[in-house]
Amino acid sequence: MLFHSGSEPQAVPVKAERLHFSEPLELAGGGSFLGYELVYESYGRLNAERSNAILICHALNASHHVAGLNEEGELGWWDNMVGPGKPIDTERFFVIGVNNLGSCFGSTGPMSINPSTGKPWGPDFPVLTVEDWVHAQARLADRLGIVRFAAVMGGSLGGMQALAWSLLYPQRLAHCICIASTAKLSAQNIAFNEVARRAIITDPEFHGGRFYEAGVLPRRGLQVARMIGHITYLSDDVMAERFGRLLRGREAGEAYRYTYDIEFEIESYLRYQGEKFAGYFDANTYLIITRALDYFDPARAFGGDLSKALAQARCRFLVASFTTDWRFSPECSREIVQALLACDLEVSYAEINAPHGHDAFLLDNPQYHQLLRAYAQRMASNLGLAA
Amino acid sequence: MSFAGLRPDLALIAQWIEPGARVLDLGCGDGVLLDVLQRERSVRGYGVEIDDAALLACMKRGVNVIQANIEKGLSMFGQGRFDVVVLSMAIQATHQTEQVLAEMSSVGAQGIVSFPNFGHWYHAVSILRGRMPVSREMPYQWYDTPNLHLSTPADFEQLLTKLGLRVLQRAFLANGKPVIAMAALRATQAIYRFARV
Repeated sequence: MLFHSGSEPQAVPVKAERLHFSEPLELAGGGSFLGYELVYESYGRLNAERSNAILICHALNASHHVAGLNEEGELGWWDNMVGPGKPIDTERFFVIGVNNLGSCFGSTGPMSINPSTGKPWGPDFPVLTVEDWVHAQARLADRLGIVRFAAVMGGSLGGMQALAWSLLYPQRLAHCICIASTAKLSAQNIAFNEVARRAIITDPEFHGGRFYEAGVLPRRGLQVARMIGHITYLSDDVMAERFGRLLRGREAGEAYRYTYDIEFEIESYLRYQGEKFAGYFDANTYLIITRALDYFDPARAFGGDLSKALAQARCRFLVASFTTDWRFSPECSREIVQALLACDLEVSYAEINAPHGHDAFLLDNPQYHQLLRAYAQRMASNLGLAA
Repeated sequence: MSFAGLRPDLALIAQWIEPGARVLDLGCGDGVLLDVLQRERSVRGYGVEIDDAALLACMKRGVNVIQANIEKGLSMFGQGRFDVVVLSMAIQATHQTEQVLAEMSSVGAQGIVSFPNFGHWYHAVSILRGRMPVSREMPYQWYDTPNLHLSTPADFEQLLTKLGLRVLQRAFLANGKPVIAMAALRATQAIYRFARV
C-alpha cells in the first residue's frame, strides 16, 4: 500500500485462531476439497443474540489480519476502518476477518501439504471461485454459531465476496457493504491479470508451480505481477503528483544517465513494491486469486442480467466507489446499484471524491469514513443493537 | 398527520403523496421529506443527491440515497418504477430542464415540482427599479446565483403541455402560506403535480 494511514495510538493486540473443517467442500470447478483449515481473527464481542457479527472479506493480497496489532507487530490492513471507536466500531460489533482458502497467510493453500502426495499442493491446488470462498466462510460462520451476519463487507475482491454472500445465503446477512468493487471484470481487467500470470508462469524458477520442491522462488515473475497490479491500484493523478518525472537520486535539472537501470523515481518505487511483495506472497496463490477475480460474474447464470441474479438477495445494500478508481470504476458500482434498484432492494450509493484511485478504499478519507460510520449506526438501529 | 416541521412546499408535497407510495426524491438534500414520509406514510423510496454533505445527512437519517447528478440522466432508475418523482426547489438550477422533466415523467407515474415564482410582484418592482430581485426563495445576487431557468407558473404549464404532460394539481404559497387569488403575482412558490397525458 502506498499511503499509510495515521498510526492509531490504541492498536488492540489480536491473535489469529485456526479451525479445521473435515466435511468436503464442493467446488465450482468440479470435485470437492477434503479437509481444510481456515485462519481467522475476531474483534469485539459477540452479543447474546449473536446478532452483531460483521464478516470482513479480504482482497487480493490481504489476509484475516483486518485490524489491531498481531503477534508480529503488524497493524491490520483495515485498521483505520475497524476497531474501538472506528467507523466499524468493535465496541458494538463483533467483527471477523477470515483468510480465504488458497491463500498463503495461514489457511489451507498451495503451500500446504497435499495429504495424497505428502508434498506441497503447488499447481495441483484446485482452481477456486469467489463462490467457493463464500461457502467456506459460511461454514466458519456455522462453527462460530452465527446464523445471520449484521453485515458482510469488503472492498474490491472483498466486495465481490460480500455480493456473492447476498446471492448464495440471502437469509444469512442483514446488510451487504460492497466497496470499490464490480459485478464482473472487464476485458481490460482480465488482460492485466493475464499479464501478471504470464510473468509468473514464464519465470524459469516457477517450475510449473513446483518451485517449493526445487527450493527456489519465481521472484522476478511475482515482482512484475505486482508492478502491473500496483499500477492499476493508483490513479494517473496521484502517480503524477507523487512521482511525476522525478529522477532517482538526481536533481531535476541533471542530465539523464542514458541507461536501462532505474532512472525515474516511479521505476524505483514499483521495483521496491515488487520486491517486497515477492518476499512474502506465494506465486501459486497469486494465480488462484487472479483467476477467482476473472471468473466472478454472478449474472452469467442469468443470461447476463445482473438484476435477475440480484433478485435472490434479501438484505440492504451500501455500495461505494471512488471517483478516480479506474480498476473498478464508479461505472461498475453504478451497474450494481442499477440492478439493485430494479430489484426494489434497499440501497444507498456513494461516489466518493478521492484522488487515490482503487487504493482509496484502504485509505483515510473523512467523507468515506463518516459515511461508513453513519451506515454502521443505521445497521445497529435496524437490528436493534444496544448503543 | 402532521408535516408541520417541514419547509412549507415540502409539507404540501407530503400531503399529496399517497401512503405506501414508491417515491424518488431528486435533489433530496438532507432527506427530510423521505424521512418524514417513511415514518408518517409508510412510503418507500430513494433520495438522489450530488452533494457530499447532504448525502451524509441522508445516511444519518436512515434515508436510502443514491449519489448521482440528475442531469446526467435518470436511466439508472428504470421506467415507471415509481409512483411519484419529486423535484423540490431545484428545477430552476438545472441546465437540462426540459430533459429532467421529461425523464421524471418516464421514471414515475407522476411528478411533483416546486419552484420559486419569478412572476411575483416584488420581482417586477425590483426590476422596474433597475435591480435584479433578491428574495427569500431566491436569496442570491445576479453574479453568484445557481438559478439558471427561472419561470412563472404560466411558463411552467406551457412547458408541461409541450412535453405532453398534464397538470393534476397545483398550489401556490406566499412566504409559506397558501395563496389563491392572484396567485401568479402573489405567490413566492408554485407546486405542481403532473402526469403523462
